[in-house]
Amino acid sequence: MNRVVQPKPEYWAEAGSAASAIQLAGINVTFGSGNKKVEAIANIDLNVSQGEFVSLIGHSGCGKSTLLRVIADIIKPTRGSALIYGESPDMARRARTFSMVFQQSVLMPWSTVLENVRLPFKVGSRNLQSSSQAMDAVEALRLVELDGFATAKPAELSGGMRQRVAIARALVTKPRILLMDEPFGALDELVRDTLNVELLKIWRKAGTTIVFVTHSLHEAVFLSQRVVVMSRRPSHIEGIMEVDLPSERTLDLKDDPRIGAQVAQLRSMLDAG
Amino acid sequence: MNQDVVNIAGQSETATGVRLVHRITRLLPDEGPLRVALMGGIGLSSIVVFWQLVCSVFGIPHYLVPSPIDVVEAIRRDWALLASNAVPTITEAFLGFLIGNFVAIAVAISFVYNKIIQEMYYPGAILIKTIPIVAIAPVLKIMLGNGIEPKVAVAALICFFPTLVNAVRGFTAVSPNLLELMHVLSASKTEVFRYVRLYGALPYVFSALKISVTMCVLGAIVGEWIGANKGIGYVLIQSMYDFDTPRLFATILTASGIAIAGFAIVSVLEKLVITWDPGETV
Repeated sequence: MNRVVQPKPEYWAEAGSAASAIQLAGINVTFGSGNKKVEAIANIDLNVSQGEFVSLIGHSGCGKSTLLRVIADIIKPTRGSALIYGESPDMARRARTFSMVFQQSVLMPWSTVLENVRLPFKVGSRNLQSSSQAMDAVEALRLVELDGFATAKPAELSGGMRQRVAIARALVTKPRILLMDEPFGALDELVRDTLNVELLKIWRKAGTTIVFVTHSLHEAVFLSQRVVVMSRRPSHIEGIMEVDLPSERTLDLKDDPRIGAQVAQLRSMLDAG
Repeated sequence: MNQDVVNIAGQSETATGVRLVHRITRLLPDEGPLRVALMGGIGLSSIVVFWQLVCSVFGIPHYLVPSPIDVVEAIRRDWALLASNAVPTITEAFLGFLIGNFVAIAVAISFVYNKIIQEMYYPGAILIKTIPIVAIAPVLKIMLGNGIEPKVAVAALICFFPTLVNAVRGFTAVSPNLLELMHVLSASKTEVFRYVRLYGALPYVFSALKISVTMCVLGAIVGEWIGANKGIGYVLIQSMYDFDTPRLFATILTASGIAIAGFAIVSVLEKLVITWDPGETV
């Protein structure tokens, strides 16, 4: 299967290493205690290489979002270790190694688009603003083609535009890893397709590592280099599929029969779980 | 046959009446604040006219129920008295409003910052709220004397609880998604407060302020009842002893006017401050 050849990353991914961006070993997440104990994730090992685009798919409630939240240091694993560039998720979070995009755009309705994108500089480690690591908020908006809407309030934007603002807010710190939790799940299909292509463009340009949770098999195949199929609860990895598609992926590819075949393959893997 | 004719005539008369009302209301704009104001004005005037008619037709003595004309007469006669007594009441109500809301918001902030303080004192605060304010007023008079202080204290106390409850609700009613985002951004408690909780609470605080701005006038009047020689509350009691019912009504209108003015000011402030749609999630 062909590996996507990465063009030279423009910024923020450190060159020269095929290092693991994320290493998960023996991750177990249990919610509650006693009789109400629910084992959400059982024993997951996963390595994500630097610059890779990996999707997590599975039945709803299978724990794919939980796994993403373990990486994002929102949920602490009950057992197992998670390392992000060799650091704990907590340290990586403070160092702004990763950014996260949620299913909702999660914008502050009282602030303008530009102020929303600048939020990462206003809170947490402020010294990032001056460092060359970050980019300008306007530049981030240009990346998602919303530079004309800097002074608009979120309520004036469509759902797709809001999600693009959320992506700009995630990119503005030039994170080495982008964690995305069903970011286009609430959008209609046409907008989703457009944003898929734009996300790939940004990913290729930025050379950042992306972990993408989705319930759309089609989206997973179209976007990813690898698709991780998760089983029902307690969740483990049912299998990993290397996607066989050209590295240049445009909208035309959406209807390519190769995608259909691989979606079918994913579906059979899911049903097995 | 004759009967029928009368009937038809009667029907057409009511029909003309209905048509007349329709024609008048059609002259008004279809919607918007102007229509709300005009329709409300028409409704209110109809009640005033009805009230005047009842008083005139049944010859009700004005010391029992004064007619609207009597009340207008009293307002014209006692205008200076009402205005000079409105000043202390407005002062007490305004100071009470400031102090009560300031303390309430400060306490709510301390609750947000420290869960243990909230667990210990929030139930107590709710318990105190169940004590009727009229029952606390005499205690405040003993403690604070005959000056402006007990009136301000009653007004402040009456403002305190609605704002406390709403502010606590507002500060904690933040979208969990936004809190998760702030966590990923490693925001401190103070930063979460400054960038998220404060704005999220503003709509709640303003609904509380709209309640308390009218309540603080009530508080000041109750305070004046317990012992005062000036103010709207004092004029109310005095008019009652004098059996000057038209002046009593005029004083009530003054009190209500103060409350409406306060409500209007807070509403305008709300419009200026909250420029986003609080109900919308984005």
